[in-house]
Amino acid sequence: MTPFSYAHATDLAQALDLATAPGAKFLGGGTNLVDLMRETIERPAALIDVTGLSDGIEEREDGSLLIGAGVKNSALVAHRAVRTRYPVLARAVLAGASAQIRNMATVGGNLLQRTRCTYFYDTEGSRCNKREPGQGCDAIGGFNRIHAILGASHACVATHPSDMCVALAALDATVHISGAGGERSVAITDFHRLPGDRPDIETVLEPGDLITAITLPAQRLAANSAYRKVRDRASYAFALVSVAAALEVSDGRVRDVRLALGGVAHKPWRATQAEGLLRGGPATPGAFRAAADAELADARPLGENGFKIELAARTITAVLADLAGADA
Amino acid sequence: MPIHVNGSAVSVPDDPRVSLLDLLREGLHLTGTKVGCNQGACGACTVLVDGERILSCLALAVQYDGREITTVEGLAEGDTLHPLQAAFVDHDGFQCGYCTPGQICSAIGMAGEIERGMPSHVTQDLATETIAISRGEFQERMSGNLCRCGAHNGIIDAISGVYAGDRGALERFAHVAESAE
Repeated sequence: MTPFSYAHATDLAQALDLATAPGAKFLGGGTNLVDLMRETIERPAALIDVTGLSDGIEEREDGSLLIGAGVKNSALVAHRAVRTRYPVLARAVLAGASAQIRNMATVGGNLLQRTRCTYFYDTEGSRCNKREPGQGCDAIGGFNRIHAILGASHACVATHPSDMCVALAALDATVHISGAGGERSVAITDFHRLPGDRPDIETVLEPGDLITAITLPAQRLAANSAYRKVRDRASYAFALVSVAAALEVSDGRVRDVRLALGGVAHKPWRATQAEGLLRGGPATPGAFRAAADAELADARPLGENGFKIELAARTITAVLADLAGADA
Repeated sequence: MPIHVNGSAVSVPDDPRVSLLDLLREGLHLTGTKVGCNQGACGACTVLVDGERILSCLALAVQYDGREITTVEGLAEGDTLHPLQAAFVDHDGFQCGYCTPGQICSAIGMAGEIERGMPSHVTQDLATETIAISRGEFQERMSGNLCRCGAHNGIIDAISGVYAGDRGALERFAHVAESAE
């Protein structure tokens, strides 16, 4: 680890002020950042500890849920409204990491997790455009079984590792940000970037910006939602493919649907094309599969990850069929 | 504010790079807590903070001022083993023993989570207040602690044994920090 200064901010204004120092970074639970610092991939000159600043969950009168960025992953799942009204979110968080890590990791930090691409971590032996822009990408012609099939670029084929963010993408969450320019809100689907030719820039955050909270809008169909994660072992592994979905069916037809994919792209992948095809159509496994295939029509396999296309299609179909239940 | 480790006040290190794990082992010579992967993948460094299990390798010690840390050294009362330590002996819950301190601290933290009604990935009913314990629940909840000797079945046997017997001792301990305050 390279040397850095440390300060625990006592309020938001102080945190933003401290963050104007050159090379400053915010610190939450540290479960990703501390590891990346040890690997010297992250080399902040100053750490601004923001734990404890915004760690409440508020049920608002309009039915939405305001979740502080400092809420621990385990506290998020412990909240009854999250479990009963947004089960896809509770399921996604419980599918991620281990209990020890969920006790440390924060909501804000989860949004800013960096990829688990092994070439990104291999500082001594591999080229990586995300680590060193312009260097090249050794994953594209290398061992890329875990890499992206959607939205990748010639510069980067890494995936976003979060489970929680996939559920947030399906739930139309909003990210609240404070920075030098004041406060602003961004849709979760616009918060993370596709890699393009700058895979080192992963979100729309500007230097000094701090995530303060997320909002989950009131959503009736979210009560009938699910998260399925397919991985190489039964627990404590990152997703090969994951599906977050919410579905409302009446009279055998899809009244409304939300669908997002994890493990397939540089950002949580909201499947808007599939949703458009499903809405108003028959709630049948055949229709679910056709919508999945349409969403994946633009998928581009690398040397070793072609299996993800069929895996994603089957997982989407299975999750929607489960949610449709007897109505399918 | 100092950090409290097994009931003793310890100064926060001057260098913010010092992990909680390194403070315990190098600073306090409490070498029961082990360095495994040192990157959050194995669980060997698991300790309890205010009764909750965390990974001390990913924790910067400066973030834990004022908190109550319990390590494996803080579990036994004199020569009397904690019930879970005794159960690990009875059920062959280890072979080389390297992952054992982390396994035991993790299992104590898990007991508190179960008591508070925290669901897991395999809990069928998210709305439930009471977790129906099972071998599958223990396996999922302990998945953050790897054992390269392959003693996982013995470990789950040990935990199951404590739950079948003096479960209260396990749960009381998960609240060690609260009672200490």
